[in-house]
Amino acid sequence: MPKRQPLIFKLVSDRSSRIFLSVLAVVTVLVPLCNLVFPEGSALHVSTYTVTLLGKYLCYALLALAVDLIWGYCGILSLGHGAFFALGGYAMGMYLMRQIGERGVYGHPVLPDFMVFLNWQELPWFWYGFDSFPFAMLMVILVPGILAFLFGWLAFRSRVTGVYLSIITQALTYALMLAFFRNDMGFGGNNGLTDFKDILGYSVQADSTRAVLFIMSAVALALGYLICQAIVKSKLGRVLVGVRDAESRTRFLGYRVEHYKLFVFTVSAVLAGIAGALYVPQVGIINPGEFSPINSIEIIIWVAVGGRGTLYGAVVGAVLVNYGKTYFTGAFPELWLFLLGGLFVVTTLYLPKGVVGLFDRWKKQTDTGAGSPPPPDPADESQARPTKAGAA
Amino acid sequence: MKTKHIDTPSILYLNGVSVSFDGFKALNSLSLFLEPGELRAIIGPNGAGKTTMMDVITGKTRPDEGEVVFNRDLDLTRYDEAAISNLGIGRKFQKPTVIESLTVFENLELAMAGGRGVFQSLWHALTASQSERIREVLELVDLTERRDVLAGSLSHGQKQWLEIGMLLIQDPEVLLIDEPAAGMTDVETEKTAELFKRLAKKHTLVVVEHDMEFIRALNCKVTVLHEGRVLAEGSLEQVQSNQEVIDVYLGR
Ligand SMILES: Nc1ncnc2c1ncn2[C@@H]1O[C@H](COP(=O)(O)OP(=O)(O)O)[C@@H](O)[C@H]1O
Ligand SMILES: [Mg+2]
Repeated sequence: MPKRQPLIFKLVSDRSSRIFLSVLAVVTVLVPLCNLVFPEGSALHVSTYTVTLLGKYLCYALLALAVDLIWGYCGILSLGHGAFFALGGYAMGMYLMRQIGERGVYGHPVLPDFMVFLNWQELPWFWYGFDSFPFAMLMVILVPGILAFLFGWLAFRSRVTGVYLSIITQALTYALMLAFFRNDMGFGGNNGLTDFKDILGYSVQADSTRAVLFIMSAVALALGYLICQAIVKSKLGRVLVGVRDAESRTRFLGYRVEHYKLFVFTVSAVLAGIAGALYVPQVGIINPGEFSPINSIEIIIWVAVGGRGTLYGAVVGAVLVNYGKTYFTGAFPELWLFLLGGLFVVTTLYLPKGVVGLFDRWKKQTDTGAGSPPPPDPADESQARPTKAGAA
Repeated sequence: MKTKHIDTPSILYLNGVSVSFDGFKALNSLSLFLEPGELRAIIGPNGAGKTTMMDVITGKTRPDEGEVVFNRDLDLTRYDEAAISNLGIGRKFQKPTVIESLTVFENLELAMAGGRGVFQSLWHALTASQSERIREVLELVDLTERRDVLAGSLSHGQKQWLEIGMLLIQDPEVLLIDEPAAGMTDVETEKTAELFKRLAKKHTLVVVEHDMEFIRALNCKVTVLHEGRVLAEGSLEQVQSNQEVIDVYLGR
């Protein structure tokens, strides 16, 4: 038997993990440093705009990671993960709204502006507690987590799989979008939550706050990566791959497939919620548009482009595609959606293992590092009964 | 409970089991009785209900009527697939299904008896005796040299063997094996028959097969299914000389 290593070493024992975490560490240190230390105009200066933009990418990367955990490893194609991201974002947004206090346009000491505007007299019960940061952070985890747990419990127990599952996840996010659009839901309707002033007493606009938020996003991404890595490298991860490749085989081996799906789905939703919570103070707004079905589909494209079932591929995909989006929506806004669609088609047809699959192929020419196996076509009796061959 | 009183020891007992799909009776009052340690071959034309019978035993399909009793008093119709597997009934599918993107070793690791819970899996670490057991099974199914290759890259016959190994490592009391010889070379088929005969002492084996050479090599009691019920039962010679069997199956 190999001697027992501390868990953390096992998690980063592969080369891609080490490269990924090293690059992330360097970026985490350099970007805020160049922003805060070097003055504007210096060649080494990184603008606050860039810091915020990169911070946003990091949140997307964490979201992509969450989706890769369930899709890449367990075959659950969620087309509703944007909902968990948005819920985490709303929980953070509610905290930020309550920090505004009397500084709102109407100067009401407790009620956010939109409630005063709607002539509401008192704070709805579900806004209680959001003035406390720890409470709000708890909600960032609990709201997406509990929703995912309930949703998953119903869906997986009734063995909803494949495209049906994708459709109901899409319906979930769509239903939430419609609900959050309504003014009387009490989440700011159409306009959502915005005009944030400060977080934990620090101005959300300040360079230093931006830098800290950036660092927090990077740390969350690194921790999220380690959590996912701990899951996929354990026997639990191999059971997930079993569910992905041969669901009924795994079931007949005695595993309660629905429990496994429920576990990763919930973990994934919590990670998505945390990503949303970090995203909102950086972009300064959360509105029902975040629930829109297209957002959830975009996440799938990031993961597919990066390469699913590798974790770091999801991060690479999220950053690349969003960089492309930033560039193209600036330069050729009307082209972006076509490009995105085209990208998805090209990836599916020619790069089934995504961009990181290209790295791997190229790396194989220099050494023989074992890349992670691609998800094969599902070979599963529960999906298609085998056609009978033989004597008849 | 209407448990029948049975004098001979039975490990698995099906009584009057019927299953219909949209009015079509895939199993029609099927009864079957297996003794512990028995090796039993099931033959029958395509669509006879052989796979459906395994589906019923393993909890994939619920019978419309009839009893399925395991170990004298466990009513299997009340359990699901995972529970039945953990009770000690292993199953090999008609189409070999191994987990293609895990290695041969990892496939066996997953199959090995032990904690099946989510958190047990999260903290699971192989013990020395478990590794040893995997090594034994690898040896038994002749895959020692391929232990670290992905199961997806095995030949068809080797996948069949890996899947059999995955059953064995669970140490089930009953093994249900659906068409093991399909896609195997003659040598592999022969080796598989040998393996089953060896296993039969410790386990109860039910083998569904089309290949008559294979059935002959098993040299065991044969049950002929037809249209969802038992047509004949006995030694291979006996069933082969049964006129009804010749008419519906062998004669064609
Ligand atoms: N899930 C199902 N839905 C509808 N018909 C089925 C289903 N499973 C089996 N059948 C039918 O039941 C009959 C018995 O099938 P099966 O048990 O697979 O036969 P065998 O394994 O003996 O070839 C066949 O006619 C098959 O088409
Ligand atoms: Mg069959």
